[in-house]
Amino acid sequence: MFKKIIAGIIIVAISVAGLGLVTKLLEPKYMSGILEGAMIKEYYDDPTEHDVVFIGDCELYENISPVYLWENYGINSYIRGSAQQLIWQSYYLAEETIKREHPDMIVFNVLSMKYNEPQNEAYNRMTLDGMKWSKSKVDSIKASMTDEENMVEYAFPLLRYHSRWNDLNEDDFKYLFHRDKVSFNGYYMRVDAKAAEDVPEGKPLVDYQFGDNAYYYLQKLKDLCKENDVELVLVKAPSLYPYWYDEWDKQMVDFADDNNLTYINFLDLQDEIGLDWAEDTYDGGLHLNLSGAEKLSKYFGNILSEDFKVPDRRGEKDLENYWKTVENRYDAEIARQQGNLEKYGSVHSPDEK
Amino acid sequence: MNELLEILKDLHPEVDFETAKDLVDGGILDSFDIVSLISEINEEFDVTIGAAELTPENFNSAKAIYALIQAKLDDED
Amino acid sequence: MLFTSYEFIGFLIIVFAIYYLIPKKAQWPFLLVASYTFYLLADPRYLIFIAITSLTTFYAAKLISDKKEAFDVWFKEHKKEYEKEERKALKAKEHSLEKKIFLACLLFNLGILAVTKYTNFTIANVNSLLSAFGRADGISFVNLIIPMGISFYTFQSMGYLIDVYNGKHKAQDNLFKFALFVSFFPQLVQGPISRYHELSETLFAEHKFDWKTVSFGLERILWGFFKKLVIADRILVAVKAIIGEPDTYNGFYAFAGAMFYALELYADFTGGIDITIGVAETMGIKVTENFIRPYFSKNIKEYWNRWHITMGTWFTDYIFYPISASQFMMKLSKKSRARLGNNLGKRVPVYLSSFIVWFTTGIWHGASWNFIVWGLGNFVVIMISQELEPFYRWFHSKVHVAGTFGWRLFQVIRTVLIMSSLRMFDCYRDVPLTFKMFGSIFTKSGLSQLNLESFMEMGLTNYDYAVVFVGMVVLVVVSLIQRSGSVRGKIATLAAPVRFIIWYGLFMATIIFGAYGIGYSASQFIYNQF
Repeated sequence: MFKKIIAGIIIVAISVAGLGLVTKLLEPKYMSGILEGAMIKEYYDDPTEHDVVFIGDCELYENISPVYLWENYGINSYIRGSAQQLIWQSYYLAEETIKREHPDMIVFNVLSMKYNEPQNEAYNRMTLDGMKWSKSKVDSIKASMTDEENMVEYAFPLLRYHSRWNDLNEDDFKYLFHRDKVSFNGYYMRVDAKAAEDVPEGKPLVDYQFGDNAYYYLQKLKDLCKENDVELVLVKAPSLYPYWYDEWDKQMVDFADDNNLTYINFLDLQDEIGLDWAEDTYDGGLHLNLSGAEKLSKYFGNILSEDFKVPDRRGEKDLENYWKTVENRYDAEIARQQGNLEKYGSVHSPDEK
Repeated sequence: MNELLEILKDLHPEVDFETAKDLVDGGILDSFDIVSLISEINEEFDVTIGAAELTPENFNSAKAIYALIQAKLDDED
Repeated sequence: MLFTSYEFIGFLIIVFAIYYLIPKKAQWPFLLVASYTFYLLADPRYLIFIAITSLTTFYAAKLISDKKEAFDVWFKEHKKEYEKEERKALKAKEHSLEKKIFLACLLFNLGILAVTKYTNFTIANVNSLLSAFGRADGISFVNLIIPMGISFYTFQSMGYLIDVYNGKHKAQDNLFKFALFVSFFPQLVQGPISRYHELSETLFAEHKFDWKTVSFGLERILWGFFKKLVIADRILVAVKAIIGEPDTYNGFYAFAGAMFYALELYADFTGGIDITIGVAETMGIKVTENFIRPYFSKNIKEYWNRWHITMGTWFTDYIFYPISASQFMMKLSKKSRARLGNNLGKRVPVYLSSFIVWFTTGIWHGASWNFIVWGLGNFVVIMISQELEPFYRWFHSKVHVAGTFGWRLFQVIRTVLIMSSLRMFDCYRDVPLTFKMFGSIFTKSGLSQLNLESFMEMGLTNYDYAVVFVGMVVLVVVSLIQRSGSVRGKIATLAAPVRFIIWYGLFMATIIFGAYGIGYSASQFIYNQF
């Protein structure tokens, strides 16, 4: 009898371990090419106690540099960003962040108000897979799933990624048990430049009204921050595209007024920030490059310090040590990208995918 | 009995029907054979065998088939 | 709820857990609840149909059975009071009463099947007839629901009714037990068509948890999923591509398509039946086998004794035999013998019955001419091979190849080729196109046409073909081992670590190489630049 129990335990252990290993092997690693998929997960490794947490899509994680904010204002911040992050995903990330570390301020980029329904499975995965399991994650999955998706496949990612078996590469083995850092406190860096020319005017829409579902989560986000005594700041990044309509802007201005929130549309402040669309973007106006991001960070950092009195925490020993490591990686990445740019004309080396 | 064996031999010359005991279950007689058989029996013995009686048990051996015919004949009297 | 859906697996786990947790007396009533829930989840409207069939069949059978019993008892006591002729008359009177009830119930239920399944087919045919006579205004189609599994449960119920009518067994006394027999969820969608006297032996019994039975059942389920997910659903992509574009894929590709389909259908259908039988087995219930390695058959007649067996025996027992043994056929037999001679004459009635059976088999598969022609195609092949029998006998007396490996291989390949050719009716849009594509195999095939690249354009990569190929090898090997007895039984005698490796390996292979989920459907998981 005793022997049987032991044998049973061993069998179950081997089975579960085997499944776990295969899951780890077949999961996408996002260590080259599309780094955005790795960013949500990275957050959990770093020390918390951020004073400011930015939550939102690429208009935050490519446009603001926490390293710059630290070096110049002593602001301890993090960007919980992911590609095409939808507003309910931002809400649940905020919920999780507040539970985890209770920051003083959350900054939310309002572009995602334009999406009222679940959009794309691949982007969902990049935002959701990296989250640790919690009620927030479950709720976020429920709110995000497209018709073709199933909760079971989130709980057991092997069921989703099993078909990658014929797609396995070196990275899948190299990063079986660990990941490299791809961001700098959530910032995704690009040093190259591609000037914005002839950015098209937005095509007229039938209906400019943001959807009920989007408003529902914006309201929820506002209530959440209020209940937890977290300052919520709404921003619209200065990206030229996707087009930000005046009608949309008015709705955000009204919402901020009605709810006593700060809303900053950086599109209107391009001159004050000093953005030069010939050299401050790497993809023709969609996203800022390093030089653009640092300009925006300088301007925004000033607001955060002066108007919102976000404390300067330079001098705190642990933080200094931590940020030193980030700065080192930051500088190394700048050097690497610039080296590649000189050698190959692209920030990617030819062996990168 | 001999008439019956004659009929069976006609269907499958290669089988020894006097000893075989699994004509249906062994796959020697298939549904075509059984149907031919009952029409031959109808001709020869003037008994009608109904569809419900076309079971493996009734057709597994010459003996069983003969018993079925006998029962029918008795019933007629 | 498809067998290969997360919902079904979830449903199974819940049913299974409750089944063994509740008092054993409640097991079969619970299965009835589970089966009706299963049906309810598909579409609540279906419930009405299955309930009506269950109710009418139950009461008709019970009435017949009770009358029979009462009559027998009475007859035994009063037999001696009557003369022989009077006895006969009494019996006939009793019989005609039973017959009325029987026919009413039979026709009513077959009527439901006919109306739901064949109304629009009939309308379409009437319309084309009308237009042939120059009438353009046809009858418009009606929007009828076709209850899930109606062909299967109707046949299963009618088999029961006929057996009771023929006195093969008594009617079930408990309406709910009978309702479970009709609706038992693992076999509701695709059979097998169980016989009451077989299924009832274990269906209503109390089953205590027995590890060996349960593990055998689970192994069978796993094997079914392997066949369905790894082989069938993967090769299905290529099958669909080939039959979807007959202009591109003809000649050799049509042949390849027919072969792929042979594999797809086998793996899908037998896999589904494996899941059905396995699910029943985990609950201690024995469902009849439906396949015995059909592709190893030496001829088409044998093939039909080994493929979808429960359907074949149903048609034999309840259509072929009754027609063949009818008074009409006996008379026809006499007449044809007198006219055509003994040899040819005796085959006329057999072939006529066979024709009717295959016509019905065809239309039972689906309301379209494709299936009718497919059914009749089977009839023609079987008739030809029957007629060729003397030739084969002569051939084997001259050439001694019978029983050699080469000859048996030839027979197996012949079976597969003939069945695959017939099944092309199942694939293509209509009958003329099927003939055209079949013809193209002979007229358009050629080495110049053969281009391996084309197979990569059917939605499968060389990795996929490799998986299918390996899966097929596993299938063949398992079938070969199975000829000398249960494969699961053999594996069970192996050392524990080996057993673990086999079953865990099969499980992992199914999970990893199965063609399921988003990664496999139209929206591939491609990360675009954003």
